[in-house]
Amino acid sequence: MFALLHRIFILCRKELLAILKDPSSRIVLIMPVFIQSFLFGYAATYDLTNAPYAVLDQSRSAVSTELISKLESSGVFHRVANLTSEHEIAEAIDSGEALLVLQFGPSFAEDLYAGKEVDLQVILDARNSNSAGSAAAYINAIVASFNQQWRQSHGGGAPALSIEARSWYNPNLETRWYFMPSMIASLAFLQTLMLTALSVAREREQGTFDQLLVTPMSPAEIMIGKAVPPIMIGLVQSTIVMMVTLHWFHVPMAGSFISLYLGLIFFMISCVGVGLAISALSANMQQAMFYAFMLSMPLMLLSGLATPVRNMPMPIQILTYANPLRFAIDLIQRVYLEGVSLMTVWHDLVPLFVIAALTLPWAAWLFRHRLV
Amino acid sequence: MPEASVAAPQLDPHRHSVRAFARRLFALTRKEVRQLLRDKSNLSIGLLLPVILMLIFGYGLSLDVKNAPIAVVMDDSSPTAMEAVVGLQLSPFLSPIMLTSMREAEAKMLAREVDGIVRVPSNYSSELAAGHGSIQVIVHGAEASRASIILNYVTATLAQQGVRSLDRVGGIGKGGLGYIDVESRLWFNESNTSTWYLVPGLIVLIITLVGAFLTALVMAREWERGTFEALFVSPVKPVEILLAKIIPYFCVGIIGLAMCLVTARFLFGVPIMGSLLILLFASVLYLLVALGIGLLISSVTKNQFMASQVSLLVSLLPVLMLSGFMFDLRNVPLPISIIGHLFPATHFMSLIKTLMLAGNVWPQIIVQCSILIAYAVFFISAARFVTRKRLD
Repeated sequence: MFALLHRIFILCRKELLAILKDPSSRIVLIMPVFIQSFLFGYAATYDLTNAPYAVLDQSRSAVSTELISKLESSGVFHRVANLTSEHEIAEAIDSGEALLVLQFGPSFAEDLYAGKEVDLQVILDARNSNSAGSAAAYINAIVASFNQQWRQSHGGGAPALSIEARSWYNPNLETRWYFMPSMIASLAFLQTLMLTALSVAREREQGTFDQLLVTPMSPAEIMIGKAVPPIMIGLVQSTIVMMVTLHWFHVPMAGSFISLYLGLIFFMISCVGVGLAISALSANMQQAMFYAFMLSMPLMLLSGLATPVRNMPMPIQILTYANPLRFAIDLIQRVYLEGVSLMTVWHDLVPLFVIAALTLPWAAWLFRHRLV
Repeated sequence: MPEASVAAPQLDPHRHSVRAFARRLFALTRKEVRQLLRDKSNLSIGLLLPVILMLIFGYGLSLDVKNAPIAVVMDDSSPTAMEAVVGLQLSPFLSPIMLTSMREAEAKMLAREVDGIVRVPSNYSSELAAGHGSIQVIVHGAEASRASIILNYVTATLAQQGVRSLDRVGGIGKGGLGYIDVESRLWFNESNTSTWYLVPGLIVLIITLVGAFLTALVMAREWERGTFEALFVSPVKPVEILLAKIIPYFCVGIIGLAMCLVTARFLFGVPIMGSLLILLFASVLYLLVALGIGLLISSVTKNQFMASQVSLLVSLLPVLMLSGFMFDLRNVPLPISIIGHLFPATHFMSLIKTLMLAGNVWPQIIVQCSILIAYAVFFISAARFVTRKRLD
């Protein structure tokens, strides 16, 4: 037993040395994680924070000015141009200068005073349909509150209905609160997969893997020795992202670190399983890297990181059951934001466990049965 | 000095002629093409991955919410209360589930079976009659973008229903009170689906994938294996080596671009409003930029693992995250937006979205094509500069 542990320990140490002895690969394992968690923490946002707009006010009235000042006071809308004719609308939108143009018709104020229903034209640049949609929703809300005030100040009754909206686990509905916890798993995923995929393939390419096979180590021991170092590196990377999320972006953590790390370890084991299987299948480093990459792109995109899994059509949602990252993201989000314990999210662990239980023995079997 | 080979002039007196150049280039290119065709993993990145990505982006990814399950808790079951929530049933975006207890709804919310809860309190109808009825709306905020869209739909639907009931009792629109109605028009994306805005960006991603990532790895392999040294002792010049590397991957990139455009147009129905010729011209420019970046990365790193990590970091991830592909650069802090604009992909991204969805906007075409030309010249000459015949 002791000899077995000793052999595994020796192999782990050798693997860690092989990865970390090169200063440039030390840098490439740590720095990008830092840079990406800062950059993407700021860049990955679906929230509308800056909407440049132009106004074509043909009514030149106090009412239109009042509505515009309500818009400005939201802090999101910034006026970039005052247009004088309809011909200028296309240019303002086409050039990307304005996300939207508000058009008040010539009889806007008179009709409103006359008690009619008047149209406020809003032209939106939907090249980014998400920003356009958010801006439209914003304007609708502002106009609705304007309507209420207008009715009250002109002798109408107060509206009978009020809607109390609340959002659980993310009170201001910030994308960052959703995105950063997902990054704890995703950023480490990419490099862990790549590192493991290269580990066996590199030895194959350099011919040292045959030497490893003739040592007294069994394939299972080699497999464990190859699996542990990338898991450790992955956990370090996850910790870096988590520290940035907690202490730089101040996304509050509701759950326990123990649950989070247990979940992460399960996730890393299944990643490493996939990586080792790729590695054992490939003839050389380049193949290993390409297959790892080919797999990681769809897995990242269909994990719920970029767009929610619930928005996907049903067949694709079913496909994501084979995606370890999907379950890791779900698990981390729920532990981090909702503060649930592992007992509540045990169903996320099942697919991770199944993936690891299939890929790890397969990889160990391939070590001996695929000699390239 | 690199090119001062001693024996070469005697071996081939015409080594500077155009014909010799063409012959060497042809031979090298043929070798590269064969190498590319032989290794299936290369081709699968160049041709299969783009197809997979197109299907994922066209069918899988979506920011649009349809049939979101919403729990409706009716603590008040009077006709007035039922009327308030009837609009939810008619919305194509929501699919309400009627429940009787809040505890049940909370359990469903925690299990993520519903995205939100609409609760009509037990005193709703009496409070409404007194002029201050209220309905509680709770959304699960973990997936913020989806949650805020659902929240907007629910509040808008409830408010509209409220106005309708007011109308009947003689409130809004009657009694001479004016009312502003917002009439919004979405330009360049009439169907208002996120597919239209994701698919053009995919072209940028695929060109980057082939041009920068694939090329960087293939070149880095030659450095790592020492096969470049073998090329150094031959009469070929660095320019020829680079050209021979560029030509096959340029062709793969063009095939990827063509596949993208065809699927975008015919499978996903994304229009091409601008001129196809300008679109192709700009894409070729960007492909050259990407190839230049790929060559530069490989010549600097000279190692496959490093090359893959660096090209991921400076080419692919910025396309996904910082170029305005999914996340609008207008909404990020200024320093991040400046960093985003340092990447050539950002300029090509906005150009291709405009060309496909909006049309020929000349000022933008001229500015952004010039930027792309400048980047292409810069990266290819930088790659030429670092790929000299020498051993470190």
